[in-house]
Formats: sequence, structure tokens, C-alpha cells
Amino acid sequence: MEAAMGLMRRIPPKHIETGLSALLSLLPHHSSELLSQVDQPLQVLSDMDCGKEFILCEYNRDADSYRSPWSNKYHPPLEDGSLPSLQLRKLEIEANDIFAIYRDQYYEGGISSVYMWEDDNEGFVACFLIKKDGSKTGQGRRGYLQEGAWEAIHVIEVGPEEEGTTNYRLTSTVMLSLTTNNESSGTFSLSGSIRREMNMRVPLAEGHLCNMGRMIEEMEGKMRNSLDQVYFGKTREMVCTLRPPSEVVQMRMPES
Amino acid sequence: MAEEEEEEVELSDEEKIETVKWFLLNSPPGEIKYVSKDVKSILNDNDLYNEAASEAFPLYNKSHMIFLQMPDRSGDVLITSFNEVEVNAFLDPRSTQVAVVDHVKQVCTEVRPAKDEELPSPYIEEFRCALDAEVLRYVDEAYPKGVCSVYCVNGKDADGPGSDFELVVVISAARLSPQNFCNGSWRSVWNVEVKEDQQMVEVKGKIQVGAHYFEEGNVQLDAKHECKDLTLFQSSEDCALSISSIIRHHETEYLASLEASYLNLSDTIFKDLRRKLPVTRTLFPWHNTLQFSLTRDITKELGIEK
Repeated sequence: MEAAMGLMRRIPPKHIETGLSALLSLLPHHSSELLSQVDQPLQVLSDMDCGKEFILCEYNRDADSYRSPWSNKYHPPLEDGSLPSLQLRKLEIEANDIFAIYRDQYYEGGISSVYMWEDDNEGFVACFLIKKDGSKTGQGRRGYLQEGAWEAIHVIEVGPEEEGTTNYRLTSTVMLSLTTNNESSGTFSLSGSIRREMNMRVPLAEGHLCNMGRMIEEMEGKMRNSLDQVYFGKTREMVCTLRPPSEVVQMRMPES
Repeated sequence: MAEEEEEEVELSDEEKIETVKWFLLNSPPGEIKYVSKDVKSILNDNDLYNEAASEAFPLYNKSHMIFLQMPDRSGDVLITSFNEVEVNAFLDPRSTQVAVVDHVKQVCTEVRPAKDEELPSPYIEEFRCALDAEVLRYVDEAYPKGVCSVYCVNGKDADGPGSDFELVVVISAARLSPQNFCNGSWRSVWNVEVKEDQQMVEVKGKIQVGAHYFEEGNVQLDAKHECKDLTLFQSSEDCALSISSIIRHHETEYLASLEASYLNLSDTIFKDLRRKLPVTRTLFPWHNTLQFSLTRDITKELGIEK
């Protein structure tokens, strides 16, 4: 498993799916471990009842069916698929509605889904998913990207309430890939995935949704910033180490 | 579902070899050794691993155009498909030697003098050598750790004016810094086609830049660019000068366009994936989501009381 995870850290992020299925075929006995530890690109299904799309993940899967957060029904239909409690389902409905607005304000498009389920320690777990196709043929408003995908997975373990506060444990993964392509600069492609964790104990006064939402917003902002500044920045630094641009200056002088 | 069915069936040896090769060939610059270590322990079958490695390493080494130090300290030899004179043997025209390499260990084990038939005719060598000197000068200036070579890939036996021939300039630079979680490589290949009847030289370039940063994550750059240029066919020295300045010009322009892409990325491109701030330019009003849902009394629902 350690070697498998080592490989996944080196394989080009855009090939994660191929890499994972190759590992699954080499290590069939570790398949559940692999599937839970390797985040893969998010798939989408259409909810026939309300004509809205929803995101598939391990958390809304039962057998080979996936539960839609919109209609609470399994696709394809499943007789006795597991459902959250009525109370939790109410929170799930609210979370989906509000997270869709959050998503629209930050992503100007995309798809989001929130799933919740009870866990064993009197708390619950919530999974917030976002998928955005930012390519010019998708929902990229500015039309810069030949190909562009952002996928975010936020899993929050919500502890039981203790003296008016609750503990939230957030694990977030962002996977992204983008390609620009033009005559003068050729194909420029960056892809990556990072995972971060955050723990917080906060008063429950404003409610779970407010607490979880703030946490996710802060985390997404941080991750976007580190991808942009740190991760992309490091690859840019590498390019400049390979062939330092100072030569541009030296070269242009004699010409002018 | 198809995947789950496949899992039931044990892979055949051929399929295992193909899978291992896929991992090896998709290794980022300079990382095939680490990938091979992991994939070897996963496969847990030395014979199959060795077979896969013996097929994948030569392909990887040639496509990444790695360079290996020759044992007699006569410099580095580039591993490319252009100078492969025999299996595991690569010509270094500058030292007129052939380097024998161990692909899997990525070392040069011995060198021998090149045979006459492996070298171009004196007429071609004059052009090749002149171009090599100019490109070498450029690479020394522009790349802190760059290696270059010039090969004749077509018409190497032409013995005088009036014949077409083709040279290839290869520039390869790598920076491996695993302790800083960062590796990268720059490879450029310039095909120089001399068409004597038209008195023209056609120059076609392919540049590929890759970088991998993997501290608490996995982010990779993969950039490619192709370009073309023309120059007049002149004396070997003049040709060498004009070709090397074409290469210098295009590579400098390309580097500038990479820089521009990075600048554009932060400023604008990233917005099409996720904005820094919402369209409202203020943080999301989680404390006041009531405004979004007029019909529901959210405040009651927010805390699920146990």
C-alpha cells in the first residue's frame, strides 16, 4: 500500500484514473483500501425526477446505485438503499440549497452535491462536493481554457455537542487540471491534486451549516491560494532554473 | 462495473508487464528510479519486473533525452533515438566515441571509438561541427545545466555540395532536486533540413518542458511548443550562426510566452475554475443564509438537536 500511494504521488494527476485502475488490477486484495485513499475524478449522474445533476462518490453509493441529494432516490432505483434519518435529511436539503448558491457565487457554474449520514459516535459526517468544467466548451466564462477542471471533495466529521460547542474535522481534496493552447505558446498544461486537513471546535450557536460552510470557504480559499502561489509557483521556478530568463535582457541589449 | 469484473480475474503476465511499463513510462522527469522501486515491490515478481524494466527504461531514457557521464570524463553523452547506433550504444559526435549504456541502471559502462561508417562524411562533418560549436556556446550561456549535441540523421555520406541532408540539434537540461520535492526537465529538438537545390535551410523545433512539485501534493507542468523557421544556405560557419540564432530566438520567445502563461494564470485563467472571492466580492454570508431561502425557517433546522 505504501508503494501504491508512492506511485500515485508521482503519476501525472491527469492520469489518476488510469493509474488507479492499474493499481486495482495489480493489487485486487487492496481494492477497498485503494478506493478509499485515492481520490478520483468525480462522476455525475442526472436525477430523472427533477432534471438536476448530482455527483457520485463513495458516500452516496449503495451497491451499484447512487442516491441523489435532490430527490433522495437511488439511481438506478434500489429497493432498500440506506437513507439518512429524517432530521439529518432536513439538514442535507438545506445544505444542498445553500451550497449551490455558494458554488454559484465562487464558481459561476458547476455542479455541487452534499451528502450526510450518521456515524457511530453520536455525530454525523457530511460530504460537500463540487465539480466545475471551466473549459471554453464548458462553463468557462472567459474562454481561456482548452480544458479545465476543478473538483473539490470536503468531508467533515461532526462530533457530538459538548457544552454548546462541536468539533469539526475537515479533510479536503482539490484536483485540478487546466490546458491552454495557442499558436504562439503551444500547449501549456498544469494538473495537480492536494489534500489538507483542518480541525475546529466552535460554538454551535449559529448552527452546523454555518460552521461547516465557513470552514469549507476558508479551506477552499487557502487551497486555491497554495495551488496558485506555491504549487504552480514552484513549477514556474523550476522552468526558470532550467533556463533562466535573465538571458532575455542580455540578448535584447545588443539588438536595440 | 466493468472494472469490478476485471478485478476478479488475475492479470496475465503480459498484462502485468504492460501495466508496469505504463507506470515506468509515465514517470515524471528524473523519477523513473523511484517509480521502479515502488512498482517492483507492488508486482513482487522479479522476472516480470525485469522484463518490463528492460523494455520501458530504454524508451523512457530516449524520450526524456537523459544524459550520462562517460567513464573517461570526456563529457556527457545524450541518450536519444537520433544517435542510437546499436542497441544500448549511442554516438557522441563531439568526442567521436560510442557510449555503451546500461539503460536500467542509467549509467554509461564503457566507450569505444566510433567506426568510420558511424560518422558523417568530412563534407557533412564540417557543417555539423560548426553548428555544434555555435549551439554549444548558446547552451553554455543560456542553460546552467544543459547538454547539447548535433547529429546527422539524413544524407550523412554526402561527399560534396549538391546534396540534401538533415541535422538534428538536441538540447536537454534537467534539474533534479528530490530533497526539495521538485524535478524538472527541458528538452528541445531542432530538425535542420538543408535543401541545396533551393539554397534554403528549414528549421523545425519541438520544445517540451516538464516539472513536478510534490511536497504534500502532486502538481505537474507539461508544456509543449512547435515552431518553424527558414534561413539561407550559406557557408558552414554562416549557416551555423544563423541556425543557432534562430534557435536562441525561438527558445527565448518561448520562455517569455511560458512566463506570460503563468502570469495570465493567476490573474485571469484561474477565475474560470474558481474565483478568489464570490461574484459579490465579499465572503459568503453563512450567518445570514435566510436571505436565500424565504420559505424555510432555516434557523430551526441548522442545529439538529440530539
